[in-house]
Amino acid sequence: MWRYLGRTIVERLLLLVLISIVSHAVVHLAPGSPAEVDSLNPMMKAEDVLKIRKSFHLDEPLHVQYWYWLSDLFSGELRSFRDNQPVLPRIWDRFLNSLPLFAATTLIVWGLSFPLGIAAAIRRGSRFDRATTFLAYTLISVPGFFLSYVVILGMSRTFDLPILGNRTIGVEGASAFVQVMDRLWHLVTPALMSAMTGIAILSRYVRTQMLEVIGEDYVRTARAKGLPEDEVVYGHALRNALLPFVTMFGFLLPGMIGGSVIFEQIFAWPGLGRLGYEAVLGRDFPTILTLNFFAAVLTLVGVLISDLLYALVDPRIRLS
Amino acid sequence: MNDGSSDPEQLGERRTPFGEVWQVFRRDRLAMTGLVALAVLVVCALLGKLLTEWWVVIDPATVRLPDKLRPPLSGPSEVIGAERLPEFGFYLFGTDDLGRSVFARMLQGSFVSLTIGLVSVGISVGIGVLLGGIAGYYGERKFLFVRIDAWIMRFTDVALCFPTFFLILTVVALLPPSIFNIMIVIGVTSWMGTARFIRAEFLSLRERDFVLAARALGLPSWRLIFRHMVPNALSPVFVSATIDVARAVLTESALSFLGFGVQPPYATWGNILADGRAFLFDAPWLFLIPGSAILLIVLAFNLVGEGLREAMNPKLRRARA
Repeated sequence: MWRYLGRTIVERLLLLVLISIVSHAVVHLAPGSPAEVDSLNPMMKAEDVLKIRKSFHLDEPLHVQYWYWLSDLFSGELRSFRDNQPVLPRIWDRFLNSLPLFAATTLIVWGLSFPLGIAAAIRRGSRFDRATTFLAYTLISVPGFFLSYVVILGMSRTFDLPILGNRTIGVEGASAFVQVMDRLWHLVTPALMSAMTGIAILSRYVRTQMLEVIGEDYVRTARAKGLPEDEVVYGHALRNALLPFVTMFGFLLPGMIGGSVIFEQIFAWPGLGRLGYEAVLGRDFPTILTLNFFAAVLTLVGVLISDLLYALVDPRIRLS
Repeated sequence: MNDGSSDPEQLGERRTPFGEVWQVFRRDRLAMTGLVALAVLVVCALLGKLLTEWWVVIDPATVRLPDKLRPPLSGPSEVIGAERLPEFGFYLFGTDDLGRSVFARMLQGSFVSLTIGLVSVGISVGIGVLLGGIAGYYGERKFLFVRIDAWIMRFTDVALCFPTFFLILTVVALLPPSIFNIMIVIGVTSWMGTARFIRAEFLSLRERDFVLAARALGLPSWRLIFRHMVPNALSPVFVSATIDVARAVLTESALSFLGFGVQPPYATWGNILADGRAFLFDAPWLFLIPGSAILLIVLAFNLVGEGLREAMNPKLRRARA
């Protein structure tokens, strides 16, 4: 077990180095230099561009630039190309903003998908099953921002829900209770909207998984023994159907950065995805690279967690 | 041939693997609806290409400023000259902020959107089959002291570690925006699943009796791979490719939403939708028509994909019988 852990961690670290090299190369080799963002500005002369390139070390070879980025990252000195602010504290701030949205979305997705999926599987072919199937496909197929805009129209008019941002401007002076309620209130619509696709996909997956398990011999045996139906479904079938979802849990983590760009943009939520979007627009290489790096770290940690959980849940799997 | 009364389970009837899948598939009403919708889309896309570019009957680029933001089914005003009249004498889907016919733009966009979906999935399936096939078939050989399988699968892991949408965004923002770049980027960032599928299938197929028999007959390995192994490994890939086309169409619309999509004057459903959002209150049809069109087509692809999955999954098929 411990040897396995040691070996995978070393392997993952090597992988991480490889990923950082590749992402650095991708970002730097693609056309469009940060020095040329303001190319339409008539006051910008050739020597200014050279000066910018020099101050950002963009005139040096790629491996030297990589080294600059890496050493700055680990000494905490990394600064944005756009406003010269330190990158790490800003990412941390945005991370704290993204966290509640991510947590609420995950909670909604996992809380709703299981009951829906199980109910559909048990009553396979019933009207409920067909309706949820069709609804799920529709939700998977709708462009996220299309649905969001339609819902924004309805939500803001009928329920008077706040749509934009993660808090009301100027609420800082109010009592703690008001502040918390304000935050929660702002969370409702974005969390619901970004959960939609997740609910659709996961509930389908739960249904398929339950159907596969319900056909197994041990479920028939449990029924033959005369166990009550609830016991069969939840005690025997569900527990076995749950296994693959343990692995999915690990893959959730990286979605915090990549999956949220659109919804954070729609709802003006100042989170990680939007930070990345702004950085991409401004050719802010240090921020882009660092975000990519953290996304990779989150993925690798997620995979490791899911491997460990899998071994923990399924006694048939031995980590070696 | 099939009049519906003949029992498909009857002994003696010849059934190809394709025919068997078709038997299950056609009983799935949702999936058949999806298939019909896709057929309609393909006809629309071809007609769109034909009528808006090669033999211009319906011109999506005609600007009619006096007629801007006309609702669907409204007629043109008198000031519009005969050469600028809309396709049927009225605006079937209304007009946009430049007075261009939304119907004509949707027709043009259907070809572009469909091409983006199909080409990008073609690229990703190509890369996936190639890498997965090499890893599965030649995996035991060594390259620089490490097994080829390990090289390829670690590379796949690296690719999986990038948040896909964010990577697409980065590359598309840095590259000059064009239809081809978007197709390539979507394709190059989504082959990992296929590669893993194919590798796993190849690893198991390689040990099957029919492959061993073919090898014992002395067939060259290219024939072994392309004639015997690839056709047997493709069915899960086919299912996921169908669903990936749907996803690519959605990705394109998401990119358009952020302003990195296909640039004007090309119309795609994604950028008609993204542009329409500015007129959400004044001209909701600019938003609702392309949005519903994307929804319907993506839904059709998904339904067909799921129908195929069910039809090709022997475990589920048995449970139904």
